[in-house]
Amino acid sequence: VRGGNKMIGFKKVFGGRIGNIIRESTGKIRSINQRYKTPKINLTGGAKFALLLLRLYLIFLVGLLVYKFWTIIHGGT
Amino acid sequence: MDLLSKAYFNYSKLIKTIKIYLLLAGPGMIVMIADNDAGGITTYAATGAKFGFNLIWFLILLGPVAYFVQEMTVRLGAVTKHGHAEAIFSAFGPFWGWFSLLDLTLVNWLTMVTEFIGMTAALSIFGVPTVITVVIVILMMFGIVMSGRYWTWEKITMAFCLLNLIYVPAAILLHPSVGDILEAGIIPNFPGGFHSELFFLLMANIGTTIAPWMIFFQQSAVVDKNMREKDIPWGKFDTFVGAIFTIIVAVGVITVAGTLLYGMDIQSGAQAAKVIMGTHPWVGTLLAIGLFDAGFLGAICIALTSSWAFGEVFGWAHSLNYKVKEAFWFYVFFFLGLVTAGTVVLIPGAPLVLITLFVQVIAVTLLPAALVFLIILLNNEEIMGKYKNTLFDNIANITIVVGIIVISSLYGISTLFPNIFG
Repeated sequence: VRGGNKMIGFKKVFGGRIGNIIRESTGKIRSINQRYKTPKINLTGGAKFALLLLRLYLIFLVGLLVYKFWTIIHGGT
Repeated sequence: MDLLSKAYFNYSKLIKTIKIYLLLAGPGMIVMIADNDAGGITTYAATGAKFGFNLIWFLILLGPVAYFVQEMTVRLGAVTKHGHAEAIFSAFGPFWGWFSLLDLTLVNWLTMVTEFIGMTAALSIFGVPTVITVVIVILMMFGIVMSGRYWTWEKITMAFCLLNLIYVPAAILLHPSVGDILEAGIIPNFPGGFHSELFFLLMANIGTTIAPWMIFFQQSAVVDKNMREKDIPWGKFDTFVGAIFTIIVAVGVITVAGTLLYGMDIQSGAQAAKVIMGTHPWVGTLLAIGLFDAGFLGAICIALTSSWAFGEVFGWAHSLNYKVKEAFWFYVFFFLGLVTAGTVVLIPGAPLVLITLFVQVIAVTLLPAALVFLIILLNNEEIMGKYKNTLFDNIANITIVVGIIVISSLYGISTLFPNIFG
């Protein structure tokens, strides 16, 4: 019975309050994504090109970080 | 009589101008001086110790660089009345918005840890235990922002900015030869040729002069201060004055380090203060107080930057003009950021050196994006109207931004792979 009570308490906290917080946060994030779904400015060709370069630059940096991580776990520096 | 009345008129005009400036001063001055945070002081001390006065010219050049980047945030904030995080979401959509917000939060939090490292190391010189420093700092910072008035926070923070000038008396106490400083430091030169160590320190100085949080901070502060389009010239002037102060502080630290630590390998501001304390107790004491102040300014501004950014995007009340009850999540976020960053310093064996290095790498992922967004937004006539970038602004800003992106990327890569440049 004691174990069962603990289980009910656990469910109350994680299925109730924390579950609500997670649901509310997810809902909030969804509404933010919806609100800003359509960019409010018209991007020129130059701006679009700059954003493309930025994406490539970030992919390059992430690649470097992954490579560094890989060398560390394989005993490198 | 005419001459006298003209002189009185000019005097009254001057006093009025100063009063208006003091009312509108704040975001520019604070962001520029807080830029000389604990990491910044360490970089300047290491630069002075390694190359004496020889790189002062480079730091003087960085003043206008910082000014040109930051003045754009004044215009953007005053015209759009939105912070940078919200502006990115609104203009570029959720992908870039979330990327900027989450990256900013991470890099800010890591930077706050380095500020706590600086503050605790500085006060440990006076025998203050780490835990006491962390608790007092957090309570002080919370006390300052809780006033419920942006004005109160700003003026208290500006008092801490003035304390940052403590490096000037520290330098003067050493009676350095102005002739030597001018001779070695004003004419551009690369001591010992252009080698990897010099390159690394040049990159570190750029990295400490332009940081991602500064862009977000100043724009949000301009909005919170309720600056309008007509206040833009004052905002720009405030940023200009701040840039001058930031150079003065940098030159002060380099003068002290170049005079007393020349030839030494300095790893932290606290180490510099400790070493100097042995021979020049007063100068060492001023250096330690300055280091604490630098960390304090950095931490309070950076914590606010994250809170403002999250508040803007999540739609929470996010102004220092609100009481805690009115902007609960804004203050919770501020407090949590500080408490968690401070706690890391208290964990025995925490990888503090790794965190310090990691900050530089993560900052490199955000800085180019924040700068590119800034340039695109400032060129948009729909948003900026008559305040959009002029041709001169674009030539200056794009040159600076491309330079910063290249150099900060090299800095990040050289941090990841220390032997890559020989």
